[in-house]
Parts: sequence; C-alpha cells; structure tokens
Amino acid sequence: MTPQVVVDGLISGALIGLGAIGLTLTYSILRFANFAHGEFVTFGAYAALALSAVISSQVGVSGEALEPFSISLALVLAVPLAMALTAAFALALDHLLFSRLRGKSEAISVVMASFGASLAIRAAIEFVFTSRPSYFNRELQIAQPIGFGLKATPNQLAMLVVAVALTTGVYLLLARTQLGRSMRAVSENPSLARVAGVDVERTIRFTWALGGALASAGGVMAGLLVQIRPFMGFDLLLPMFAAAILGGIGSVPGAFVGALIVGLAEALTVQLAGAEWRAAVAFVALVGVLLIRPTGIAGRAA
Amino acid sequence: MSADLVGPIAYASFFLSMALMNGLVCLGLNVQWGQTGLFNVGVAGFVAIGAYVSAILTTPASNIHLGGFALPILVGWAGAAIAAGGASALVGALTLRLRADYLAITTFGVAVVVQLAALNAQRVTGGAFGVAFIPRPFDSLSSSPALYNMANLALVAIVVLTVYFALETLTLSPWGRVLRAIREDERAAMSLGKSPTRYRLQAFALGGALMGLAGAMEAHFIGFIAPENYLSSLTFQVWAMLIVGGSGNNRGALLGAAIVWALWTLSGLVISDLVPATYEARAAALRLVAIGVLLAAMIVIRPRGLVGERALVSRHIGDLDAAATPR
Repeated sequence: MTPQVVVDGLISGALIGLGAIGLTLTYSILRFANFAHGEFVTFGAYAALALSAVISSQVGVSGEALEPFSISLALVLAVPLAMALTAAFALALDHLLFSRLRGKSEAISVVMASFGASLAIRAAIEFVFTSRPSYFNRELQIAQPIGFGLKATPNQLAMLVVAVALTTGVYLLLARTQLGRSMRAVSENPSLARVAGVDVERTIRFTWALGGALASAGGVMAGLLVQIRPFMGFDLLLPMFAAAILGGIGSVPGAFVGALIVGLAEALTVQLAGAEWRAAVAFVALVGVLLIRPTGIAGRAA
Repeated sequence: MSADLVGPIAYASFFLSMALMNGLVCLGLNVQWGQTGLFNVGVAGFVAIGAYVSAILTTPASNIHLGGFALPILVGWAGAAIAAGGASALVGALTLRLRADYLAITTFGVAVVVQLAALNAQRVTGGAFGVAFIPRPFDSLSSSPALYNMANLALVAIVVLTVYFALETLTLSPWGRVLRAIREDERAAMSLGKSPTRYRLQAFALGGALMGLAGAMEAHFIGFIAPENYLSSLTFQVWAMLIVGGSGNNRGALLGAAIVWALWTLSGLVISDLVPATYEARAAALRLVAIGVLLAAMIVIRPRGLVGERALVSRHIGDLDAAATPR
C-alpha cells in the first residue's frame, strides 16, 4: 500500500460528497430517499458537455485547454450554466412527480416514484447520447509531485479545491442565513415551521435546486476524472447513500466526511483487492454503519 | 397436432411460462410490499441468488464455475429458496428495526453486490460467461419444442398455482391479518401484543424465498444464466408488474405480470422488426423510458392498480353477518 491511496481516495470522496450533500438534504427535508439523485449527477455532466460544445462553437469561446489543466474555458463557463440547468431539472421533476405525492400517500410511494423516474431519466439520456462514453477532453494529464511523496494531476487538485469550497459554502449557507435556518426548521418539523411563518414550499424548492446544482458539479468532476456515461450517476448512488447515512442524515459536513471515508476505503480496496470490487465497498460501509451506529457520525439518536 | 400449429403452440407455452415465472417473482414482491409494506429495490439480486445457487448445486463438473454437485433439480430449487430467503432474512434483521428507507437502500446495495459477485467471483459464478448446461426438467422432450414448452408450462403452472393458493390461504389466515394490521397501524398492532419486526422479517424472508425459487425455475427452463439477466431493469419490470396489476392482491400480481410481460415482449418484437439494427440499442432505451414512466404515472394516477386490494378482514366475517341477520 502506498500513500498515493490517500490522494486518490480524497478525490473520489470529494465527488461522492457533492452528490451526498444533495441526497442528505432531500432526505432530511423532504423525508424520502431519492433514488433519482444519481440521475441528477448524470444529467449535470451531460448538460455541461453539451453546453461547453455550444459555447465554444456558437459564442466562439476557446475550447482549448487552459494550462496546466485539461479544462477548457468553454467548460469553465458551461459548469455554472449546467448547475443551473440541473437545478431547474430537479425542480421540474418535483413539480411533475414528487409534489403530487407529497403528504397524500405513504412516504414510501415517493421512493418508488423516484425509482421509476431514475430508470426513465437514465434510459432517456441513453437514448439521446447513446451508451458510448463521452469525454470533456481526451488529453492525458501527467501527475505532478505535490510533496510527501504524493502525486496528483492539476485537474485533481482543482477539483478538490472546488469541492471543498462548494461544501463550505453550503455549510455556511445552512448555518448562517435565514434560508438555511428555514431549511433546518422544515427538516425538524414541517408543520411547526409552517406555523412559525416559514414558507415550506419555497424551502423545498430551494432544497431541490441546491441538490441538483451540487450533483451537477459532482457529475462534471466524475466526467473529468473518468468518463461520461449514462450509468455514471447510477453507479455513484450507493456510495452517495452510504456517505449520507455514514455522516448522519441531514448533516452537510457529515455527508462530506462520510464521502471522504467511503472514497478512501474505495481507493484502499482498489489497491488491495482490485478495481472490480470497488462497488462493494459502499455496501460494506453501509452495512457497517447500520450495524454499529445507524444514526451516523453526526446524527443524533432518533 | 397439425404442423402449422406447432410453432404458435410452442411460442404460446413459452410465453406463458415466462409470464408465470415473472408472476412468481411478483407474488414474492406482493408478500413484501403489497401485504406488509416493505420496499425491496433489489428484486433482481434475490432472483439472481436463487438462479445461481440452484445452477451451481445441479450442474455437472465444470472448469469455468464452481459445480460438480449434480444434485437433483428439486434439491436445487429448495436450495435456491432457502438461500434467497436466508439472504432476505439477514437484510431484514439488519434494517427492519430502522427507518423504512434504509431497507430500500440496503436491498439496492444487495442487488449491486450480487451483480458484482456474479461478474467478478469467476471461480464460483463463471463470471461474464455465466453458468451453462443447467439441467432442464424435461430435457428428453427437447427434440420437440412444442412438447417441451408445454411440459414446462404445466410444471410452472402447477408450482405457481400452488404458491398462489398457499398465499391466498395465508392472506386470510391470522398471520396475514397481522401483517396488514402492522402495515395499516403499527401501534395498534403492537398494543395487541404483535411484534412488528418479527412479522415483517417473516414476510420479507418468505417473499425473498419465492423470488429465489422463481429465479431457479427460470434458470432451469432456459438452461443458461449470466450476470446481465439480473440488472436493475429486472427489478423495474417486476415493480411495474405489481403496480399495474394492483399491489396487495395476488391475482393482481399475476395479471400485472402477464400484461407487462406481454407489452415488453410485443414492444421487443416491434423494435426488432421495424427499427433498423443501428438504432436498436436506442429503441431499447426508449422501451425502458416507457416502463419508468408507466411506473411513475401509475403511482400518481391509479396507485391501487388494475385490480386493487380487496378489503379483507377474515373469511369468517360472512358467517358473522349471517348470524347477525334476523331470520
């Protein structure tokens, strides 16, 4: 085992974390496990891919890589747009599907609806973009030494910084702003929050938008790191759930730390047992948490 | 049998056998979801456990996968049901005391891990090659497809009908009443001294065992299994069957299985006939979109399904009415 595992683990953990934050927020505020969250990741990655192509061909912004990264200016401009588009997509899905089931029937039928939506969205993406993988850039990046005998590519370092910045931003938003306070209030007790004058519907819309935007950023990271395929988000779903539960449902820092733990464990497993067993790590982590501490690291006893 | 009827009869019995085996998975899901309200997102995983266990127990020695036990088919089926039921019981024991969604997430994980093991634990499962030469119950008839398929259909029908009547009896039994009581009002059931976790665990294990049995039967019907038979789209199909037919109703489960399987097969035929080969993968994706939309739309528009659940209390309730009516 080499210390390089730590770098690889932190980077894949950071991208899981971006997805897990949205998942944990939807879970605590809307009170259901959203199985379509992985498709927000996929949707975000494809949106950035399509938008960067449009930006470089129509607006004339360079599609060339910005040294030392292999990321083009067109993609840098496309990412915020893709995040906004994915947020809008999440809101549309809520309007079409989830809002109709809210408060009406058993909570679990919303989970099932999200399950159906996940399949439909994934297959629709496959219909449009085919199942062949796409890439933001085919250029190969060389890992540079970053001290302590570790190596990382400039892309990886940039992603780590962006992921930590986004997570910190969301944490501060929740901890310091009025909107964050209403989100925490709704997650504690929706009826009480409503009575206290919190606009519950608006808070729910904001949760969807935030979750969608973060998932989209995670999707772009996954696309840069590996490739863009219709199943990319679906394959991230179990690690994201494991991270959210490990961190304690509803906790943003918890979800991010949980994701880093899952990412590190994955990197370690890849090193020790081979890359084909990577997907089993999240499951083992999930079972471990449920056995030992079902409320997660940051969670309080129910 | 005249020659021009052989083809259609062979096909019809093949179709019905497949529909009934899907129906058996659906009956298992109905015990879990319909009767008890337990959400299983890993149906494909439990079906796969059954298929692989039975295949490994019954196949002759092979250098591709674990095997060589060459046990009788019935032993394989029993092993499949026990293994899938046992796996369900483990999952249930882990998650049933927690929030309802944790069961869903964990079963989702089971399906992912089973798929991974089927693909990568090559020395046990044969990896991507799968398991071939699985003994078929009526192999001596295989020279005549119509006879072979009809014999199979008869066997499948006997098993599925037996399970159906057993489940109907269970539904009307005190055990079935407790399950529905827990689903409807957990606290009320607890106040009557019923342990929700224990009953849920039993129902979950029973449903899982039926899924495993169905997986084994299908494996022995086709004679070959591979990891890609057990992707998450199988789970979606089974859910669509139960929701369309009407969850909570065993007849609905079988009806839904037949309808969704027919739509699935028909759309497959249409695609391979009308769509040029280069677009076939895309058309297949569109077929999945349709099933996902069907599932979501059904939940929103008609959550009770085509048949819907009968409001059952006890089969003796009629006697009470009769007794109460003044003569």
